[in-house]
Amino acid sequence: MEAITIHKGTTIPLMNNNIDTDQIIPKQFLKNILKTGYGKHLFHDWRFLDDGRPNPNFILNQPERQGATILISGENFGCGSSREHAAWALKDWGFKIVIAGSYSDIFFMNCTKNGVLPIILPLEARQKMAAISPEEKITVDLPQQTVECKSEKYHFDIDSTWKKKFINGTDDIDVTLDYSDKISEFENSMPSFS
Amino acid sequence: MGKTLFDKLWEKHVITGAPGEPQLIYIDLHLVHEVTSPQAFEGLRVNHRHVRRTERTFATMDHNVPTKDIFNIKDAISLKQIETLKKNCNEFGIRLAEVGSEDQGIVHVIGPQLGLTQPGQTVVCGDSHTATHGAFGSIAFGIGTSEVEHVLATQTIWQLKPKTMGIHLRGKLQEGVSAKDIIMALIATYGVDFGTGYALEFYGDTVDSLSMENRMSICNMAIEGGAKMGMMKPDQTTFEYVKGRKYAPKKMEEAIDYWKQFYTDSPADYDKVLEFDVSDLAPYVSWGTNPSMSVPISGKLPDIADMNFQRAYDYMDLKPHMAASAIPIQWIFIGSCTNGRLADLQEAARVLKGHHLAKNVTAWIVPGSRTVKNDAEKLGLDKIFKDAGCEWRDPGCSACLAMNPDKIPAGIHCASTTNRNFEGRQGKDARTHLASPAMVAAAGIHGHFVDIRQKEVI
Repeated sequence: MEAITIHKGTTIPLMNNNIDTDQIIPKQFLKNILKTGYGKHLFHDWRFLDDGRPNPNFILNQPERQGATILISGENFGCGSSREHAAWALKDWGFKIVIAGSYSDIFFMNCTKNGVLPIILPLEARQKMAAISPEEKITVDLPQQTVECKSEKYHFDIDSTWKKKFINGTDDIDVTLDYSDKISEFENSMPSFS
Repeated sequence: MGKTLFDKLWEKHVITGAPGEPQLIYIDLHLVHEVTSPQAFEGLRVNHRHVRRTERTFATMDHNVPTKDIFNIKDAISLKQIETLKKNCNEFGIRLAEVGSEDQGIVHVIGPQLGLTQPGQTVVCGDSHTATHGAFGSIAFGIGTSEVEHVLATQTIWQLKPKTMGIHLRGKLQEGVSAKDIIMALIATYGVDFGTGYALEFYGDTVDSLSMENRMSICNMAIEGGAKMGMMKPDQTTFEYVKGRKYAPKKMEEAIDYWKQFYTDSPADYDKVLEFDVSDLAPYVSWGTNPSMSVPISGKLPDIADMNFQRAYDYMDLKPHMAASAIPIQWIFIGSCTNGRLADLQEAARVLKGHHLAKNVTAWIVPGSRTVKNDAEKLGLDKIFKDAGCEWRDPGCSACLAMNPDKIPAGIHCASTTNRNFEGRQGKDARTHLASPAMVAAAGIHGHFVDIRQKEVI
């Protein structure tokens, strides 16, 4: 997993609440057996018109927003389906950070596996970030747990284990396999009714 | 201080890790399907890893399969995903209920049906409706593909222990009101994220009197209230349901003795309690684009509270203050992991028997598994549905998420026994209205929603 420490980037605001993973990546794109290539389908139904042309009114299509790496959104971002394709699509499009009011538990976990940092900040802070110009950058400092926008600094909370994981880009399975003996011990102590 | 059902289950499964930090949890049952697993198996292959406990893993094909003719998958990409699962199960030695098998069906229908799901377990699956299995008194939750890979390789998962919320359901449901209405009413009252960060436990005299099928419908939709886990304590109803099933414990009495330790000592042990009296509950229908946008059938659609409501009204092409019963219906869908079990089909058939669909209404009835289909046919339900003008289909997820050929056309209002009414969920620009099997069936007869508590409507 790609590590994140200090990141500076431009933003895209999508301030609706309850943006579900069906919107982030519609089901017709879940048939693939790879982890990559989902960025071109990110927010597909909002991003493209019925005839397949990009919807010029949708913010992701605006030329001045290209290259943005930070998504600003509402409450309960990533609710609904557990599809990790949502995190893959955000990452593949170029997003490294999401700043929302809250997240669904499953989407949050999926972000922690893919180096997409989910930050929680109050509405007031997010509204200020949503109002900045497309070329203006904000700075996320994960070690310090701060987001800096227009010389204002906002502190955010994150569990220390997930924080370490983002900073080091650790692979979970390698870590867990170090506990193999403990897992075997646990299995040997389990009740069996077969 | 006592413990909750959840605390007791959690403690039994912690391998390592301190409270307050992510802890390593053992997984008793891992259910796998074709859509969220290919990248996980590929990860194992690349890293030369194997599946740690093949006997605790079970796979089926459900999301992608067509249900008009399940044996004829025309979409080449879908077919590849199906074939990939078969290849992966062969290579890694995992049991697979493939298309055509007696055991094939929606993953959350077949787990309980086969007796794989049991009280006291931890159950995961790469699907958010895994909470369904919590109805048996287990910790069951949906996971992403990276976690699927982790569980395949280690039979464990890192999780932060959630808080607990007790939902006390009291009173007797009126005739015509169902378990589906309880969970829809809860979400309409408390919102789509009231359960985020919590494990929900439903308890009380209402729960005690419900069948396992009805209990599963409630736990299934915990995720629509933001909670990835919803559960109920195991009791005699649970034990009777598990007994005699294909993969039920051989030493059943010993197992039951063990399962009896899993209950909440006192409501005071929950971090939070919600009280909910169901005695006066009306059937619910959804009008908008998330499951909290629902109203009692006797009610009217709400004001436009904010931009989210405006967006929902625009998408659904409905107006504030119209009567819920005036919502026009051109399509009905009965099935899914929420309401695709035999009891749900029986309920729909009870309403449809001797009636015909309204003109211009299309109806798809999709059994939750091959076994449900066979059992329904033994009871003659298929004939009731066909006589009413419905299509009787093969088992699968079908138009609940429409990633197979089963899509509701754009602009159509579909009364659906499923769990999500998101934009485009059942097909691009399709308009989903969630409701119970009986309410959906009655809407099919009338071409709009009706209050099935009123005898004259059926």
